[in-house]
Amino acid sequence: MKNGVGVAQNIVLFGGTSEIGQVILRRVVKPGVSRLVLVSRDIDAANRVSQELVGAHPELDVHHVRYEASDAASMEHVVAEVADSIGDIDIAIVAQGLLNEGADYYTNPADLVEMVNVNFTGEMVLLYALASRMRGQGYGKIVVLSSVAGERVRRGNPVYGATKAGLDGFALALDHELDGSGASVLVVRPGFVTTKMTTGMKKAPLSTNPEAVAQIVEKGIATDKKVVWAPAPLHWMFLILKNLPIAIWRRLPI
Amino acid sequence: MTMQRLSGWGRTAWTVADVINTTDENIMRSTLASVGKRGAIARGLGRSYGAAAQNAGGTVVEITSEHDPMGIDAVLDPISGILDVASSVSLDSILRMCVPRGWFVPVTPGTRFVTIGGAIASDVHGKNHHFDGSFGQHVLSMTVMLSSGEIVELSPETNPAWFWATVGGMGLTGIVIRASLQMLRIESSQVRVETERLANFDAVCDAMSGDGEDDSYRYSVCWVDLLATGSSMGRGVLTRGDHASAAEVDNSDPLHYDPRLRVSAPGWVPNGLLNKLSIKAFNEAWYRKAPSKRHVGMESIPAFFHPLDGVNKWNRLYGPQGFIQYQFIVPLDRTDVLRKVIETFSSAGVASFLAVLKRMGPQNLAPLSFPTEGWTLTLDMAAGTKGLAELLASVDSMVLDAGGRHYLAKDSHVAPSAVRRGYPRFEEWMSTRDAMDPAGLWRSDLARRLGLVDPRRNS
Repeated sequence: MKNGVGVAQNIVLFGGTSEIGQVILRRVVKPGVSRLVLVSRDIDAANRVSQELVGAHPELDVHHVRYEASDAASMEHVVAEVADSIGDIDIAIVAQGLLNEGADYYTNPADLVEMVNVNFTGEMVLLYALASRMRGQGYGKIVVLSSVAGERVRRGNPVYGATKAGLDGFALALDHELDGSGASVLVVRPGFVTTKMTTGMKKAPLSTNPEAVAQIVEKGIATDKKVVWAPAPLHWMFLILKNLPIAIWRRLPI
Repeated sequence: MTMQRLSGWGRTAWTVADVINTTDENIMRSTLASVGKRGAIARGLGRSYGAAAQNAGGTVVEITSEHDPMGIDAVLDPISGILDVASSVSLDSILRMCVPRGWFVPVTPGTRFVTIGGAIASDVHGKNHHFDGSFGQHVLSMTVMLSSGEIVELSPETNPAWFWATVGGMGLTGIVIRASLQMLRIESSQVRVETERLANFDAVCDAMSGDGEDDSYRYSVCWVDLLATGSSMGRGVLTRGDHASAAEVDNSDPLHYDPRLRVSAPGWVPNGLLNKLSIKAFNEAWYRKAPSKRHVGMESIPAFFHPLDGVNKWNRLYGPQGFIQYQFIVPLDRTDVLRKVIETFSSAGVASFLAVLKRMGPQNLAPLSFPTEGWTLTLDMAAGTKGLAELLASVDSMVLDAGGRHYLAKDSHVAPSAVRRGYPRFEEWMSTRDAMDPAGLWRSDLARRLGLVDPRRNS
């Protein structure tokens, strides 16, 4: 259950080794949280993540579930396995995702398929499975890590942008569909976040770090927001970027 | 049945349940027969602050009769003062019916908008706990619908274990259907109130201590200014009194009772209206308003017992994020802990609009009844206060380490271990509960969070 001061007892992270996911956990795991599930491909790596959290919160009961983020067909089973280990899912943070910056999909089309399966198909099926369970619970929050890249897909990483555009639209509509059920979705749209995923890449304007994103997510959960931007001014920047005529958009150095 | 979003009076932790509003036993019985695996819980007027009367994804049986065209389902014996009343009836309705006839409810909490069912399930207490005990001690008998649909009659004589498990049992043993209460004889609807301003925490404790004169007053409670610091830390306004006799009341109709609602809080209050500055200003004014020397006056029942009921929906004043009420008790000799808690809150800058201190009398026979001999402090604070979870967790440990406990009807955050540490007879209550509800049908959000029901059953 969630409590009256905004603390959820049972938290699940999908993409258990995601850097942003971990930083969000450090913020949302506080006194009152009793069970945590890290759902990941690499349990050893996820274990290292959880050890740090258990160090700070000795009462925390941590479970691990292995999954393949691209395997859409397995998602229903994965969510059932999570629920079997902890009961109600109060908050699910979905941070699975590939970036593949600089990938050459002309020569490696399989990478494209993999990215779509992880970022879009697998995640969409996962979100449906979570939504169905939370509908039955009468409450629950799904935090979806989208990206501003989906706001206007750019030439530099079109597949990533397209998966996020699709995911973002789906997540918003899913939240709408859940209206009145007690369950809801928070769509998080970070800009350029400095993580291991973006090492070596040129920073975009209004870039941010995982801590700042986590802080915004925490507040978004507490105030029951539908969409949060990280950092917040990106909202206004993308309102403009989205509406630029194609001729101007293509000339921008992004 | 309709899907409805519910919260407690604090307006936090909303969840959705299938809600059915009925006072009809047959409808209740058929509803219970078709309840799914997320179970059911009874709800009255939704005045408990936390998640005691909501059931995420399950069924909520709302049992109120505020708008019953047939009037209220209660019979008062004018000789003995025994009231036979349906669980759906509120203290408000009972007072309207009984005060003009010279009878008062034996115990009233700070609001009269609670049902009899809720008053029993929470074993509510009032300003007279040191004198009269809590609500359950005035219940002569009650009928309860078990999860099987069977209705049993419980009293302290015929089935003490089940009776006392239901008193303070947070609705997790069954649905209270009717109760028989011993009312209190009064000659007037006025209360003779002595008001006294106390300059600091020590003065407050001295004035209310058991060795003092406190025991000679039926009602006694102290408002405490949690934002005062330094030498005036813990200053307060103590009010004590008893029902006035007819002779004391200068009125041709000494039992006249008119509890009209005055104003409603608007629905658009933003988060943060009640903040440290506004509350500090209020506290200062409230303290200064009280006479510096002891003062005796007459107050009406609503003014003395239910001042907040004067503002309809006052819980909206905290804005959309809602608020939490924190009430704990520590043993009589642990005023040091009380002081430490007050210091912790005031140095963290937690602004509490209402902070009330009371010395409680002995514990009754109910394993989950909150009041026990000691000091109880009640305060409320905005749920969105920064760092609240961490702050409360540290105060919880101070309270539990001192042998204290938290009030479940108000709780919205404690850990499951807090109930087990604070209530030494918890396991005994659990086994009585399981015997009364072998199917494990009763469950609420509070019960889920605190593990008051067997967690291995469903969820």
